[in-house]
Amino acid sequence: MFSRTLVWVPEMSDNFTIAVASGKGGTGKTTIAANLASYLTEAGENVRYLDCDVEEPNGHIFLKANITTVENITVDVPQVDLDKCTACGKCGEICQFGAIVCIKEHVMTFEPLCHSCGGCRRICPADAIGKKPVEIGRISVGKAGKIDFVTGKLRIGNVRTPSLIKQVKKHITDDCISIIDVPPGTSCPVVEAIRGVDFVLLVTEPTPFGLNDLKLAVGLVRQLGLPFAVIINRHGIGDERVEQYCQSEDIDIAMKLPDDRKIAEVYSSGGMIVDLLHQCKKHFAELLDYLECAKEKLNEKRRLRI
Amino acid sequence: MKIAITSTGQTIDSQVDPRFGRAAYFMIFDTYSMDFSAIENRSIDAAGGAGINSAKAVIDTQAQAVLTGNCGPNAQRTLSAAGVKLYTGVTGTISEAIELFKTGKLTEAAEPNVQSHFGMGT
Repeated sequence: MFSRTLVWVPEMSDNFTIAVASGKGGTGKTTIAANLASYLTEAGENVRYLDCDVEEPNGHIFLKANITTVENITVDVPQVDLDKCTACGKCGEICQFGAIVCIKEHVMTFEPLCHSCGGCRRICPADAIGKKPVEIGRISVGKAGKIDFVTGKLRIGNVRTPSLIKQVKKHITDDCISIIDVPPGTSCPVVEAIRGVDFVLLVTEPTPFGLNDLKLAVGLVRQLGLPFAVIINRHGIGDERVEQYCQSEDIDIAMKLPDDRKIAEVYSSGGMIVDLLHQCKKHFAELLDYLECAKEKLNEKRRLRI
Repeated sequence: MKIAITSTGQTIDSQVDPRFGRAAYFMIFDTYSMDFSAIENRSIDAAGGAGINSAKAVIDTQAQAVLTGNCGPNAQRTLSAAGVKLYTGVTGTISEAIELFKTGKLTEAAEPNVQSHFGMGT
């Protein structure tokens, strides 16, 4: 079955980062990301799966990783030394988020609003602002079989999603294929998760909702100048409009995963569809072929740039 | 004393804006001289911290009381730090609100009456 992947030349193994994203939630990002990781591993590649959907990570349900290390992630927020503070108000003027404000003789801080830019600390003429670490979440690292597994989990009530995603992405190394499970939508956490990747797979479903949110996601990846293709999950439901849209916009469809009860059953029991369903292997093999071409094109571009 | 009323417009016939942080204007009224002026709220489209920055803007006008519809916790904390009195649940026109205040018919709010981000997207 895996003979076709032999055409995946050895140098492909290193330094290729694929983000699996979608405008709409629940289209199958994690299913695609986890199964792609598993399929590539079986094909002999070194793979790292990074769950950047830190608000509700669920890759562990499918990849069942053995976690070996857990890291607490902190960010710095201002701590004001009121003895040194001259109440000049410059800290409040520079803060774009209202996280620090000078009211008469008092400097007040609002930690949940702070984006840790450090602006207040730098502008303070009295050197009255220090930094204090606050925990925003945790990153767990382990192994799911041969797959290197990394997952971030934001603390409940915390809104510093991009900061945690940035830390998860620090685990990307250039000696393997990295697969990023991106949060749904098109907001800041998504931008942070896909920034700098080599390729984006946009998972959608062939419904009006899927199409609407796909268009938003396409707008985002185009703005970021990232190469991308679409994956249609649950193909067969809904209508043809997603395909028509892709055609009219000259967007590649890298895979069409059919709407099949068997896939839903395997998924619902936390299983891997590439392991249990022969027909899915075929679809992932095609996806791999597609990614191989995409990688080749990227290498070509990189060579031209050099 | 000066009072600040959240307003949807720039005249005393304008309606009270039900949002504090994202009010269109702050109407500053001097109860002694009867002078009033409208200041534009620069935080109306802020990504975050609208309540805090609105509170700061109001405090800078030397207002000692705020009359509004709803006020969230960050704005309330900021106003309170400056000793500004807060009256929530105020409706009607600016002139009606002033009248209610002058005749002592408003009760001071000790706590915010809405959560953060209440006034967003409205």
